[in-house]
Amino acid sequence: MTKARHYLSIVLLHLRKELHLEWRSRDAITGMLFFTLLIAVVFSLAFDPTSNPTLARQISGGIAWIGLLFAATTSLNGSWAREQRNQVLDAHRLSPAPPSALFVGKALANFLFVTLVEVVLVPVFVLFYNIRPLGQASLLWLILPLGTWALVLNGTFFSALSLRSRNRDLLLPLILFPISIPALLAVVNGTTSVITGEFDPNLWIRLLAGFDIIFTVVALLLFGTVLHAE
Amino acid sequence: MLAAMVNAAEVNAADVQNVSLLYGNFAALRRVTCSFATGGMHLLLGENGAGKSTLLRILAGLITPSGGTVRVLEGSPAERRSRIAYMSHASMLYDEMTAMENLRYFAQLGCAPGTCALCHASPEMSLRAVGLDHTLTRPVSQYSQGMRQRVSLARVLLTDPELLLLDEPFSNMDGTGARDLVALLQDVLTWPLTTGASTGVAKRTIILTTHQHDLVSGAVDSTTRLERGTIAAEQSVAA
Repeated sequence: MTKARHYLSIVLLHLRKELHLEWRSRDAITGMLFFTLLIAVVFSLAFDPTSNPTLARQISGGIAWIGLLFAATTSLNGSWAREQRNQVLDAHRLSPAPPSALFVGKALANFLFVTLVEVVLVPVFVLFYNIRPLGQASLLWLILPLGTWALVLNGTFFSALSLRSRNRDLLLPLILFPISIPALLAVVNGTTSVITGEFDPNLWIRLLAGFDIIFTVVALLLFGTVLHAE
Repeated sequence: MLAAMVNAAEVNAADVQNVSLLYGNFAALRRVTCSFATGGMHLLLGENGAGKSTLLRILAGLITPSGGTVRVLEGSPAERRSRIAYMSHASMLYDEMTAMENLRYFAQLGCAPGTCALCHASPEMSLRAVGLDHTLTRPVSQYSQGMRQRVSLARVLLTDPELLLLDEPFSNMDGTGARDLVALLQDVLTWPLTTGASTGVAKRTIILTTHQHDLVSGAVDSTTRLERGTIAAEQSVAA
């Protein structure tokens, strides 16, 4: 029990630090926000969704998640930059604190940043794409966090994995995008099913939950090795 | 090995046996064997690229050697992680946070389960010990190199380490600041340990590298000189 409480306190310590640093710099959120808004606007101009509401419903989920994936990638690429600068990562490697707590703290912080971007993005999409969900809208409360966690979990993990690579800006999307395909497929189809009301999203939600559980366990188990790799 | 002979009855703080480290075809260290007696200050000397920093990183457990064995405080560096502190060329601090914020964060990270958050030294005390004002509200990025070095030293002192590994601790300091720091390190050796008594090793040991060896020549207990990845000479003050 003490160990679990200690682990939780270390996770919260890392999370507080991440939020504190982001509050000072606002690097991640500002970049992601403008990137996703730009994608929303550019696609709305390219497809003119107001003239074809059915098409708008069918593509808006995909556009939103692809935009978020691209935006999150730009931010996640730099999510370990602060640890790399001044060799802070070495201080973490020498610390007796559990390595996975560092990972969980950072992934939770990234989750909150992307969620904040989504909160701004949803009304923008409703406005620009003139959409209102025809399916069960409350399921979005499940789809959005599960999809966001899938995105940031792998992004945070593979960003750490590619830290020592010279081409890490390129390496992260090269690893992250193929691995995220099942999650992306599930989250886009889940969101589209809620917006169009044409099919049942439960299968996609289950797939997304399974993806999240498997990859969370794998990342927690492997992060220590990634951190201590030379 | 001469350093070990000074106090042969006691356990060595660090033992390095036939350690080699290869980067492809380049040998950063070649069959290095040396020991550092428990208690006191030990100096590693050598030209740039001689292998001093590499040896310190191996002792800290940051690098696994290609061959040979390393024992630190009667265990592997990974096992003794909580009792070792390492200060590198880089500050190992978050630039965006103030000195106090950095120290509080690392103090809490260094605590074992069930202990209080700031169980060893307090961040304020550590900062005062290295001659810095704990009320400074500027982020570390706005500090001078010398000030960062001091905060970095305060960070390693926080964890009440038995073994301090210091890589060029005086490199960015002015003469007075460096002399003050040598005096502080001599003082640190006398600070009582709150940990480590379980192994019978209850003295602090400092192993440091510096190119300003004249600064510490009067304070060190042994000197080990490295040349191109091998031990060129060992000398203890008693010899």
